[in-house]
Amino acid sequence: MERDSNTKTQVVLQGNEACAKGAVYAGCRFFAGYPITPSTEIIEMLSGEMQKAGGAFIQMEDEIGSACAIIGARWGGSKAMTATSGPGYTLMQEAIGFAAVTETPIVIVNVQRGGPSTGQPTLSSQQDIYQARYGSHGDYGIIVLAPSSVQEMYDFTVKAFDLAEQFRGPVILLADEVVGHMREKIEIFSGDRRVSSPKKKYAISPSTDFFKGANTLVEGQLHDEMGRRIGHMADKSGAFIEKITRKIEDNVDMIADVTTYCMEDADVAIVAWGSVARPSLNAVKKARGIKDDRILPKFRVVRDLVKRGVRETMHTDYSHLKVGLIKINTVWPFPEELLQQAAENVDTVIVPEMNIGKYCREIQRALPDKKVVPLPKCGGNIHTPKELLDKILEEVGVDE
Amino acid sequence: MNRLYEKYIKTESLPTLFCPGCGNGIIQYAAIEAFERLGIAEDIACVSGIGCSSWIPCYYKLDVMHTMHGRAIAFAEGLKLARPEKKIVVFTGDGDCVAIGGNHLVHAAARNIDLTVIMVNNYIYGMTGGQKSPTTPKGARTKTSPFGCIDQPIDSCKLVTSLGASYVARWTTAHPVQLEKAIADGISHKGFSFIEVLSQCPVQAGKNVYGEKEPSKIMEGYKKGTYIYKPQAGALTGDIPAPQDGKIPIGLLHYDPDASEYLQRVEERLKAEGVR
Repeated sequence: MERDSNTKTQVVLQGNEACAKGAVYAGCRFFAGYPITPSTEIIEMLSGEMQKAGGAFIQMEDEIGSACAIIGARWGGSKAMTATSGPGYTLMQEAIGFAAVTETPIVIVNVQRGGPSTGQPTLSSQQDIYQARYGSHGDYGIIVLAPSSVQEMYDFTVKAFDLAEQFRGPVILLADEVVGHMREKIEIFSGDRRVSSPKKKYAISPSTDFFKGANTLVEGQLHDEMGRRIGHMADKSGAFIEKITRKIEDNVDMIADVTTYCMEDADVAIVAWGSVARPSLNAVKKARGIKDDRILPKFRVVRDLVKRGVRETMHTDYSHLKVGLIKINTVWPFPEELLQQAAENVDTVIVPEMNIGKYCREIQRALPDKKVVPLPKCGGNIHTPKELLDKILEEVGVDE
Repeated sequence: MNRLYEKYIKTESLPTLFCPGCGNGIIQYAAIEAFERLGIAEDIACVSGIGCSSWIPCYYKLDVMHTMHGRAIAFAEGLKLARPEKKIVVFTGDGDCVAIGGNHLVHAAARNIDLTVIMVNNYIYGMTGGQKSPTTPKGARTKTSPFGCIDQPIDSCKLVTSLGASYVARWTTAHPVQLEKAIADGISHKGFSFIEVLSQCPVQAGKNVYGEKEPSKIMEGYKKGTYIYKPQAGALTGDIPAPQDGKIPIGLLHYDPDASEYLQRVEERLKAEGVR
């Protein structure tokens, strides 16, 4: 990300607040939203900040109206965002499809909570991973970013706006209650951001903003480059669907972002996305004996492994485990090649997720020759490093 | 071809998808005449939802957003907030606006946000083949009310007036000249302007709903079944008039030029709080 380093400051922020600050810095000048736990701090902060930055804010009557309003605002020339959670995100799905088919650059933040339905308003989950990719009816491509820290809530929000403009479409920031509500010290930037406009825009539809004399027709039906409907023509429609999907999927190398940690000599990898990457990183540090008390809480490795049929004396520590972390920052389009490269030398991959084990299926598909083990956890509590390490022990067994 | 038609219509997109005898063409042309009369076409954008009437602006040589079922007003509000100096005209139908989009209609009217909403009311879901809508008269037999419609039809003009819309008019396709003036006035008015247009759908409503399937006779029915409201001076700021002798009131039904508009209120608050 391009930053103006002269205006860098360190602050302690909550994840949701960092997202709001990131949006303003990214040039977002319109926010429409509807309060919903656990994303409400974003609308609260932007109800003041957006107008102070010279933009516009409206609290809409519902979430689908919010998503529609930001699309309208974007065609008026304002970069625009909304933020929601759980049922609100479900309600927005039709508008996300509209943004995809009309190739409207917008950012939608989903601070995930437990579902389905009203579910668990105050607890975290990663259950919306497939909804983020396939939530709206029909086929389309979409970019989804998964922050795992307050700094990433800020940075990825800025990045989301850039990707939305470059690839002309909705970008989802798939956060969750853990990163939304935690507080950390981060670096933020103020003043005018120097943005170089992307060299190539990937739009098939009309893309000139309104009131520029272009007579732009924004059409939700499948359409040609003039916006005229082609929905009744099978050949043209098929080609259109391929284009709006492939402009994302075929450019995965430009979008994909994967961070690795201690993977150089690892023979076991934890593949994680979003907030679960945090205990995953701690697990790696613990096994590797890396001391970092600021990030890594001290914990004594005491666990009754007899219950699992493993002899206790052999596993009082995890120091023989060569564990590494592969953290996926851009969950969609699926960064298949980067993942394959990162996991090239490991035999076993553990995939912890706060859901029934969904994204793991993609990883199993991408790594057919590895032992890929899901570690699902539902109910709202994030995995502990100890749970992760115990699972690894269970899978890789004892160092001979 | 008509000069105005050539100026405002993408002729390469013709023919329109409207059925023979449809009222949409009359409304499409009345709006063109209003744009021309105002002379600010470059400052006008149109937003529509889903349904036959939402295709009206898709043929205009203007910036047009053909959006989702029921959500045109929400899109229009976002566009308006991004470009407060521009004029946004919403084309919608009775199902689009009052049924699925009812929530957005209610709140936009209550905000008195500066939009012009032209609601084409044909008492039917035409595009899907003739099912009852929120305005279908009681007793009418449609594809989804085979034993006669039992719901109380919603008077949308009354609804938006009660909420705070500041320009409310109702005309019919049998009154194209008055309709054109109403559209121009609605666009010029700073506030939520709501113009209901009774419009025939001879193909899907026809005999079962209007008791008549000939377009010209349905339009005659609009003249016979309505009366033009002539208010006493200053009487336009109150409730809308009631039907008289079974005739529906048409004309300018409610007008409050001094009502506070949403964007003005925003600006006032921001100035008062020292934000702007």
